[in-house]
Amino acid sequence: MALISCKNLSVGYDKAAVLSGLDFEVNQGDYLCIVGENGSGKTTLMKTVLGLQPPLDGEIKYSDGLNKNEIGYLPQQTVVQRDFPASVFEIVLSGNLSHNSLKPFYTKAQKQAAAESLGKLGITELSKRCYRELSGGQQQRVLLARALCATQKLILLDEPVSGLDPKVTAEMYSIIQELNSQGIAVIMISHDINAALKYSSHILHIGDRVFFGTKQEYLKSSLADGFISSVGGEKV
Amino acid sequence: MSAFFEQLTFYLGHDFVKYALIVGVLIALCSSLIGVTLVLKRFSFIGDGLSHVAFGAMAVAAIAGLTNEMLLVLPVTVISAILLLTGGNKRKIKGDAAIAMISVGALAIGYLLMNIFSTSSNLSGDVCSTLFGSTSILTLSKFEVALCILLSFAVVLIFILFYNKIFAVTFDESFAKATGTNVSGYNLLIAVTIAVIIVLAMNLVGSLLISALVIFPALSAMRVFKNFRSVTICSAVFSVVCAVTGIMISILAGTPVGSTIVAVDIVGFALFSAIGFIRR
Repeated sequence: MALISCKNLSVGYDKAAVLSGLDFEVNQGDYLCIVGENGSGKTTLMKTVLGLQPPLDGEIKYSDGLNKNEIGYLPQQTVVQRDFPASVFEIVLSGNLSHNSLKPFYTKAQKQAAAESLGKLGITELSKRCYRELSGGQQQRVLLARALCATQKLILLDEPVSGLDPKVTAEMYSIIQELNSQGIAVIMISHDINAALKYSSHILHIGDRVFFGTKQEYLKSSLADGFISSVGGEKV
Repeated sequence: MSAFFEQLTFYLGHDFVKYALIVGVLIALCSSLIGVTLVLKRFSFIGDGLSHVAFGAMAVAAIAGLTNEMLLVLPVTVISAILLLTGGNKRKIKGDAAIAMISVGALAIGYLLMNIFSTSSNLSGDVCSTLFGSTSILTLSKFEVALCILLSFAVVLIFILFYNKIFAVTFDESFAKATGTNVSGYNLLIAVTIAVIIVLAMNLVGSLLISALVIFPALSAMRVFKNFRSVTICSAVFSVVCAVTGIMISILAGTPVGSTIVAVDIVGFALFSAIGFIRR
């Protein structure tokens, strides 16, 4: 059974569809990369899958007992966050929020979980630091740790490495791969076609033509040929 | 110096001074709590906008001859707050423009109506006291004080119970929504709370100066502290201390209450900025 399956999905704003007729599914342990030109609707698609905006047509099914509050999300950074006075621990802890809709405060177990996900990402020593004083890579780790508090099943990443230098980018990718190998399904939007081809198990290519399948199938398709070379990637 | 304290004890013996202090402290506390969220959400100016709406509503209430203005002013302000703070990015006229539009619109209509229909002989005096608060804080009735205590208690309680949710919604609305938190519900709650505080605060500093109570404590606290909880607590303490100091000075020196409090806030902000600069 799939964690998420989309059938004949159309996404867009104000009745104008950016993408239509999408069929794809994500199973437990999958690593799906969404690739495509700028403006092809990658973020719009992710927002629709997350329920931040309604689909224009078609359906999105969550299954395998995947509840809305069991999805982790790493959004692109907003202006508000850049000068937000919050400690790392406060932010990571807030990932637990969706699990207690009625209780006003966090439990001991949730604080423990927050500490554990800090440990998983190797940022325990940053716990008391102020978020806005961290480097871009450290901030992304904090937001990833928060996403881990929210989920053990599925994590959605919207360009997790944008604005990071090559060394930090590589570290970020290996963390994501590590999480994936622990059984968390990953859906990632990426501009970096080489990384997408290196780490993913499945590819969803969107644009004028749409492709969904495993990475091996994608590499054989005619769609991949033109796109990969046009964005300066290499077939591995 | 002893004469100074004698004078102070003399004034503190009066009920109206006690009332002013109680109401001042409570309003300062409430507005500073919600102020942190508003400043961070880039809604610093909403206090100004909503208070002008309250001014317009007050003018209408006065003309209609309502005995209890609150009955009209509160609902109108709450509805405006909901319109401004909820609905997110979908609206055609966004954030700052919407606030500016409602703000000056309500101010103009309010003054226009007062001018055309007013029965009072001292129109500019009336307008001035609504805008700058003047002495109304020193003429509070027992009922008004009780109402203020009740509403402030509700605001503080709501803030404590929903503290974690308010943090999450302020820091990252899309993450909160994507992981299944009822974001629009909490935005609504914040909107209603801010409207209640604005209507309460009009008595204290008047509609033109309310923004000061909302933004100065939050901004000052953010100069020095670096996590959300300390910023919130510091902001509350800062606001209360400034309000008490301001009210004391205004009583002793005979200056207008609202603008004195704001002046003390400005001094406090300068002080905290200096501390923040030295510690960096």
